[in-house]
Amino acid sequence: MGVGIEVSNLNAWYGSNHTLQDINLNIPANHATALIGPSGCGKSTFVRCLNRMHETNPVARVTGSVRMGDLDIYADAKPVEIRRRVGMVFQRPNPFPTMSIYDNVAAGLKLNGFNNRHALDEIVEKSLRNSALWDEVKDDLRKKSGASLSGGQQQRLCIARALAVDPEVLLMDEPASALDPVSTSKIEDLIFQLKSQYTIVIVTHNMQQAARVAEMTGFFLNGRMVEFDSTQKIFTNPRDKRTEDYITGRFG
Amino acid sequence: MSRVQNTLRNQWRSLADLAATSIAVLSTILVIAPLVAIFVYLIYKGASSLNLAFFTQVPKPVGEEGGGMANAIYGSAILLGMASLIGVPIGIGGGIFLSEFGRGTKLANAIRFTADVLNGVPSIVMGIAAYSLVVVPMHHFSAFAGGVALGIMMIPTVCRTTEEMLLMVPHVVREAALGLGVPNWRSVLSITVKTASPGIITGCMLAFARVAGETAPLIFTAFGNAFWSTNLNREIAALPLQIYVYAISPYDDWHRLAWAGALVLIVLIVLAVSLVRFVTSRGVLKGAN
Amino acid sequence: MPEIHIAQVQLPVEQAVLPETPTEPAPISAVRKFLLERGNSAVADRSFAWLMLGCALSIFAIVVLIAAELVLRSQLAWHKFGLAFFYKAFVDPSTNLAQYWDPVNEHFSALPFIYGTLLSSLLALLLAVPLAVGVAVFLTEMCPKVLRGPLAFLTELLAAIPSVIYGLWAVFVLVPLLREYVNPFLITTLGWTGFFGDDNPTGLGFVAAGIILAIMILPIISSLTREVMLAVPHSQREAVLALGATRWEMIRMGVLRNARIGIVGAIILGLGRALGETMAVTMVIGNSPEIHRSLLSNGSSMASVIANEFAEASSDMHLSALMELGLALFIVTIIVNAIARLLVWVVTRGTPAQVN
Repeated sequence: MGVGIEVSNLNAWYGSNHTLQDINLNIPANHATALIGPSGCGKSTFVRCLNRMHETNPVARVTGSVRMGDLDIYADAKPVEIRRRVGMVFQRPNPFPTMSIYDNVAAGLKLNGFNNRHALDEIVEKSLRNSALWDEVKDDLRKKSGASLSGGQQQRLCIARALAVDPEVLLMDEPASALDPVSTSKIEDLIFQLKSQYTIVIVTHNMQQAARVAEMTGFFLNGRMVEFDSTQKIFTNPRDKRTEDYITGRFG
Repeated sequence: MSRVQNTLRNQWRSLADLAATSIAVLSTILVIAPLVAIFVYLIYKGASSLNLAFFTQVPKPVGEEGGGMANAIYGSAILLGMASLIGVPIGIGGGIFLSEFGRGTKLANAIRFTADVLNGVPSIVMGIAAYSLVVVPMHHFSAFAGGVALGIMMIPTVCRTTEEMLLMVPHVVREAALGLGVPNWRSVLSITVKTASPGIITGCMLAFARVAGETAPLIFTAFGNAFWSTNLNREIAALPLQIYVYAISPYDDWHRLAWAGALVLIVLIVLAVSLVRFVTSRGVLKGAN
Repeated sequence: MPEIHIAQVQLPVEQAVLPETPTEPAPISAVRKFLLERGNSAVADRSFAWLMLGCALSIFAIVVLIAAELVLRSQLAWHKFGLAFFYKAFVDPSTNLAQYWDPVNEHFSALPFIYGTLLSSLLALLLAVPLAVGVAVFLTEMCPKVLRGPLAFLTELLAAIPSVIYGLWAVFVLVPLLREYVNPFLITTLGWTGFFGDDNPTGLGFVAAGIILAIMILPIISSLTREVMLAVPHSQREAVLALGATRWEMIRMGVLRNARIGIVGAIILGLGRALGETMAVTMVIGNSPEIHRSLLSNGSSMASVIANEFAEASSDMHLSALMELGLALFIVTIIVNAIARLLVWVVTRGTPAQVN
């Protein structure tokens, strides 16, 4: 089952660039939360703060607190530990090029020392089923390389890879933006099914997508979170004029 | 300028263009010619002297016909094996540092520059260094000293090529590994280095081919040996060293052996270089793009 | 409440409703348990980083070690001869001739070897640079695409041939050629200059060394020149062509002029290689520690005398003098290479240099 995330007074910098300012929100467990906003508003940076990927950049800095359950992910744990509990799917599919499909899915476990072959087989199958890729690749698990799949399949492979380590939270940074409509809808269906098991945070440019899959939606603008509410409210009766302007397409 | 002057000037310009082109073509021919000449002569002189005995027998005493360079071939293999054991791990480690830990830092720039400069130091100076470090404390020449000399020659080359290959691994591959909570050391070794491994291997092959033909550093480290030896603690023969000794000797029989040895050496090196070219032109990183 | 027209976003018919009570946390799966127990590998990561740093620092260590050993072991000769090692020679009072290198009486002067190294390298540059630039110009600007790959590969192959094989070929092919045809020709046509004496009929000597060195440094100068020429942006070429220039004029003004700093760097790199080249030079230079004006005379280079005498040095002073030669060679090649690399870097700035 997933876990909720409480963000308090989160500020983030890239060098001298104050990318995120005073972010406060509560991401509910076992639901999908969408983050929308124009390009460069900081939503990707925000999501990368949730699994401490933001700090892989040498000039990055973070203040504030992010709590998963009763754990402050910055003060109480190391990045490696957090990233095993908070998985990430990136904008462009990035399967490991030298590995087979099986090894790609198992990578998160094998590279952490998990060696039980029998258990791995089960986990790989379960993850591929959960990402709706099993039927398409079940005969070629070890023969085909991860990079030989189509774009949509690669992204589902990346989802399976993220799911294999059984995270509590799944972060998705515009997962379908590089994909064709058919793959996109497949992934949206996936999110719908997965959210009962995990907490999902999805960054998206596509408001329709947000409306389709997420219960909560947050609107980011210029590094601040302008409004965070149920999707229904954001899209029918937003409180802030800036949200309204964005929804109606006045900018971004 | 008058019409006539203009046309004359243009004719002169066209002539200059033609002359330049001819000179460039001529230069190329003049450059390729010795290469072809050397190869042809090598094959001609070497092939006639190559026989099974060359690979299986040790040199016969002066005056006796026949014999071979088996001890030199074996000795070279030993020396190169030791050199690789020293040069490859340290070189790859250095390359990993430059690419994964020190990227963009002043330290990394200084190391890279020093590696390039070190590549230009004459190999005989490397031999002197190995002499001081190994031969003097041991009080005698040894295969081990030769291995050390060749090994430290490999380090800068392997380091630079490894760095270049690792830099080519797309950033998203590293991100994917980190995002899974894989420890950094594991991610670097099992993902990044593995992805770049075809290129890294070719870099090692290049360094290997380069030191395979080195003679100067061996003159006063491995020293050479007219007999069969497997002792790492004693002098050992090496193919390029033997070629040198035989070439400057006054015996025709030894000259013949020198040509045969040179042919074997050049074939191995050409194979290595061609293989490297083949792998690099085919695309070093499988599917990483 | 203001009117909002949300025509763009269609809400799905069924919308999930947020539950009021939080769900109970399910039992932790085996995978999660396993990973939670893995720890943070901070120790492993740090050790790994230090290990890699150590490997990288080994490059500094090598340079320092070489320098230290050379300085230490040349102390003996340095203390006896000082700086005069490099420019003075012992003059035998009975014959009034300079005795440059006399292991028996322990008179050591580096003069003939400095002379030999410089002369052979200069000769090599004289012969190699025009040809190398010519080849580079041909391959980069004039060569039909089909030939470019194979020809570039062939020049690369030239660079891979070991020095001893060049020496072997030089001894048995080049030197006889010089002895039978070229040297007599040079003596008859240019003997009046005083630089081509006829007292060395062997065919060995500076000319032989210069020629084989030229062949050896050619690929380096050529490939680096190609690299700097390719780094000149196309816009420069197009600008000159647009003015109605011929191809040669475009090359001269649009490419060579812009690349000239880098070409100078390539030449200096070739010089660096020539200064330290050992085996081929040792085999054809004649190995005589004397200074003669004739280019056809036998000579010696710093590298060749080390190669010849090191293994059987007759005394500690002898060895120390050789070490001092080695030290001088080391310092000079480092400086020359550093300058060359800097020049090339300035021109190709950013593009990683090919490893030679």
